[in-house]
Amino acid sequence: MQSDTKIHRRNTILRLGTYLLEYKFLLLFALFLTIGSNLLSLVGPMLSGYAIDAIEPGAGQVMWEQVFFYAGWMLVFYIASSVLSYGLAVLMISISRKVVYRMRRDVFHRLMELPVGYFDTHQTGDILSRISYDIDTVNTSLSNDLVQILATFITVIGAFSMMIFISPKLVLIFAFTVPLSIVLTKIITGKTRPLFRLRSRKLGELNGFVEEMISGQKTLKAYHREDYTIEKFDAKNTDAVEAYYRAEYYGSVVGPTVNFINNLSLSLVSVFGALLFLAGQMTVGNISSFILYSRKFSGPINEAANIISELQSALAAAERVFSMIDELPEPADAKAALELADVTGEVALSNVSFGYTKGDPILKNLSLTAEHGKLIAVVGTTGAGKTTLINLLMRFYDVWEGNITVDSKDITKVTRSSLRKAYAMVLQDTWLFQGSIFENIAYGKEDATLEEVIEAAKAAHIHSYITHLPKGYQTILTDEGTNISKGQKQLLTIARAMLLDAHMLILDEATSNVDTRTELQIQRAMRELMKGKTCFVIAHRLSTIQNADNILVVEHGEIVESGTHKELMDSQGVYYQLYRAQFE
Amino acid sequence: MKKILLYYLRPYYWRMTGGFLIKFIGTIMDLCLPWILAYMIDTVIPGKEKSQIYLWGVLMIICSVFALTFNIIANRMASKVARDTTEQIRHDLFTKITYLSNRQTDGFTKPSLISRLTTDTYHVHQMLGRIQRLGVRAPILVIGGILVTLTLDPVLTLVLISVMPFIVWITFSVSRKSIPLYTDLQQSVDQFVRLIREDMAGIRVIKALSKTDYEKQKFDVINQEVVQKERTAGITMAAVNPCMNLLLNFGLVFVILAGAYRVQMGASEVGKILAFLTYFTIILNAMMNISKMFIIISKAVASANRIVEVIETEEDMQIEPKAETIKKESAYLIFDHVTFSYNKVEPNLSDIYFSLKKGETLGIIGATGSGKSTIAQLLMRFYDPDQGTIYIEGEDIRTIPFSVLRKKFGVVFQNDTMFEDSILENIRLGRDLSFQEVQRSVEYARAKEFVEEEGRGYDNTLSIRGANLSGGQKQRIFIARALAARPNILILDDSSSALDYKTDAFLRKELREHFQTTTTILIAQRISSIMQSDHILVLEEGRMIGYGTHSELMKTCSVYREIRNSQMGKEERISDAV
Repeated sequence: MQSDTKIHRRNTILRLGTYLLEYKFLLLFALFLTIGSNLLSLVGPMLSGYAIDAIEPGAGQVMWEQVFFYAGWMLVFYIASSVLSYGLAVLMISISRKVVYRMRRDVFHRLMELPVGYFDTHQTGDILSRISYDIDTVNTSLSNDLVQILATFITVIGAFSMMIFISPKLVLIFAFTVPLSIVLTKIITGKTRPLFRLRSRKLGELNGFVEEMISGQKTLKAYHREDYTIEKFDAKNTDAVEAYYRAEYYGSVVGPTVNFINNLSLSLVSVFGALLFLAGQMTVGNISSFILYSRKFSGPINEAANIISELQSALAAAERVFSMIDELPEPADAKAALELADVTGEVALSNVSFGYTKGDPILKNLSLTAEHGKLIAVVGTTGAGKTTLINLLMRFYDVWEGNITVDSKDITKVTRSSLRKAYAMVLQDTWLFQGSIFENIAYGKEDATLEEVIEAAKAAHIHSYITHLPKGYQTILTDEGTNISKGQKQLLTIARAMLLDAHMLILDEATSNVDTRTELQIQRAMRELMKGKTCFVIAHRLSTIQNADNILVVEHGEIVESGTHKELMDSQGVYYQLYRAQFE
Repeated sequence: MKKILLYYLRPYYWRMTGGFLIKFIGTIMDLCLPWILAYMIDTVIPGKEKSQIYLWGVLMIICSVFALTFNIIANRMASKVARDTTEQIRHDLFTKITYLSNRQTDGFTKPSLISRLTTDTYHVHQMLGRIQRLGVRAPILVIGGILVTLTLDPVLTLVLISVMPFIVWITFSVSRKSIPLYTDLQQSVDQFVRLIREDMAGIRVIKALSKTDYEKQKFDVINQEVVQKERTAGITMAAVNPCMNLLLNFGLVFVILAGAYRVQMGASEVGKILAFLTYFTIILNAMMNISKMFIIISKAVASANRIVEVIETEEDMQIEPKAETIKKESAYLIFDHVTFSYNKVEPNLSDIYFSLKKGETLGIIGATGSGKSTIAQLLMRFYDPDQGTIYIEGEDIRTIPFSVLRKKFGVVFQNDTMFEDSILENIRLGRDLSFQEVQRSVEYARAKEFVEEEGRGYDNTLSIRGANLSGGQKQRIFIARALAARPNILILDDSSSALDYKTDAFLRKELREHFQTTTTILIAQRISSIMQSDHILVLEEGRMIGYGTHSELMKTCSVYREIRNSQMGKEERISDAV
């Protein structure tokens, strides 16, 4: 278990590394600038030393010429050093933006490739939290801490070699304190790692809750559940800030601890240095410069220790980002998958069984054939598995048993995108995005002209409404679009479907919120459109499906009756009862 | 930002002062070490007395221990203050958001509210913690350093201090410039939130139309924009540090020149200038740390402003004082010539009037977009009418506190929300309802069979947006939710659209039998759902074109007749045949 998480952590670092290595030349350049600006900053004190030497002679004898000479050069070097360090900052910011851009892109691109089931079990807010908070955290740490650590390495190594040069014996003290600080840091960070993970996760949960509640605000208001929701929020909020606090509580120990050990080694150095001096092995000057270097040695280490908690939270955040990128996408199309082209629209299901959870089948051994150009209606009491059928036709899910064919090609052997493009689909839950009405209707057909869009809108009986809007087809639909009714949204999505040249059509309660008069008119338009196309219709208003070529009555995942409206009415079975019910 | 400092941090002023003091002592202890070191090298070691060496060595260790303890304590206190403040800010923000009116929510937009509550509060939290942890040492070093240099040579110190105003000016003007940049950045983050919410909700459509690549492109555009803005803000802020560095070093050069002059005049010594330089390095490093804090602060100020903007939003729907003359009529619910428009340009409802007695049922029917749902929205006071008044029990609803008003209702919206919680909780919504009451409402809503079926039950947790239920199952849970508290007024907005006729008919029967005192408003597309209502209102483009009972409307309203015939035409033929 422990080695597992260790590997995990190493992987996280390695993967972060691969993102950075994409820009290895820029990084190399950054390293070069770092060294450069460090060197330049060393020149300053040297020059000031020379200037002071020129003042040295004392009152009345200051060598002005030299003083001005060195002061002038100081100005030049300081300007150069500032320019270099600004350049470095800009460079690091640019690199970290590039990394962040790629990370975000990778997360989102993966998100788009995940199977639809993923979206039913993961809160939008949590995913948002990964894309914003977690990636931000990684990014802050990359742009700020990375340079610091690079700089640290250089100074630390330099100072250490100087110390060995002066007194190898005194360096032995560091042989004790350096491992001590490493071990302590390891112990503390080992303890805090889960805390930082928890902190990222809790923040994600809070975000998930916030997103869900704000989305359902209207319902909560309607029942005056504001206070109740606030109470629930408070609990999540407390969890989140507490997790944040606990990570910091332990994390903030690292800095002072490492600092303490450094102070300890300073104290030891001065005591043992004094003893060596007494033994005649060292001069006072040696002690003093050794101490100077050991301060140079420990200073950056202190700084680094202070940012360790930031690094840790960055690692925890990176883990969450990578775990999202590692989610399994929809399985790839079969090797040598065909493009489904020139579809005639013959769909057959044979002995299909399927369910969302193992051992709980929704569809059992279901078979049906839809011939080219036929209208197949699926009816049944709610929850009988009608929508599931659509999920399978579109291959949002794969069947457990049996198979589905289109034009006698097994749908698992064709590419998903060509299969899905063969259908036009209108669902009960309308989906519109922020953009103009034109863009929303033309969504499925990128090169659609305004004329085509208007044509589709007319067929969907939404054209006159649109023209009444001040900006017509350029009206921007905003996210909660208050003044557009659900029925109108359905009409817009119908217009969208009408614009596709698919050869098969799926209508899942497509007009459930549209008034019946409009519905009839749309149906007429649709019938025109559906000519020669295979069509699956799910509807509760039985009046809308009476002229279907085949009506399938589904109960508990099985087809219990099928036939035309007339046949089913005559047989006086389940359909007959359903039909009668509307007049009771 | 001001509000955060003056209002939210106020309760912690004493704790912060305590924390600062402890941190102060810890820092002083830390600073004692170099001083002791210098003393040892200069005095103790040349004295060659072992006991003295040990004594000072132990003293150093003691100082280190104190520094360790005090720093840790202070850090923890700082984190605690940051935690408590953030908790309070988030609580207030969430509370405010929950109580925003629909119009205000539309104004801010939900994605923006979500990102204010998440990333913005996070930035503030981070800032509160860091400033307290880092904000003590650097100022102490700067002030201490300046004080020491003052004792060395006041004139030279003044030369150094003379660059300070420039530094302050630069820092402030850069951060003033960068705050709007950060605000702008956060607005782009809102776009992220919007797109991801949109795409997660519409993933089936996106996949069905094979538009994933298109959505990826859309995301890339926003991503590029955000990165660009982050970069601009970052680069702007990054200017502070080198500028400060440069100015201070310029100051140093002037100090050397001025020092040279003073030495020449015999007013100073070279040793002093040397010592001056040492302290100068300390001041310089401390100033660098201060400039780092400004980056954090600027970012947090932008976020804090966005938070405060919401918190300080005035409630736009006030509870008005009770009118002197309460309209005393027998009617329980009255729409008195109500006119309303969402955009205040074209009316969405004009001159709607009806009155219902307790227990009566009103059916509303009309074309898509004719304003049916708007009537329900006004009745529940999600919006206030532009003209006219709505009365419940003779009281203008604008005078009824929301807690009283909304408790009267049970409602199912067209696009209602299912939460990721148990079925029981989804129905109960935290209301004070017994299990029996919930169970009964489930029975009335005809949801019993699937709720209580094997492997499900009331404790079954629903997927996000109720994805593991069918449309009809969801609607029945919504109806159970609306019925559970036995409301005075029940609003069903097209809530049987996904129900089969049998279930729908049964449901209406249950309502008739068990909810006789409940005044019901039924909005529907199916004429069969509303034909038995006591009153039926026919809407067309926001206007009432018919009002009466089914048989009255059959005589007087041609549109109603048309709808009826289109839906029921075949029934007669069938009943003739049977």
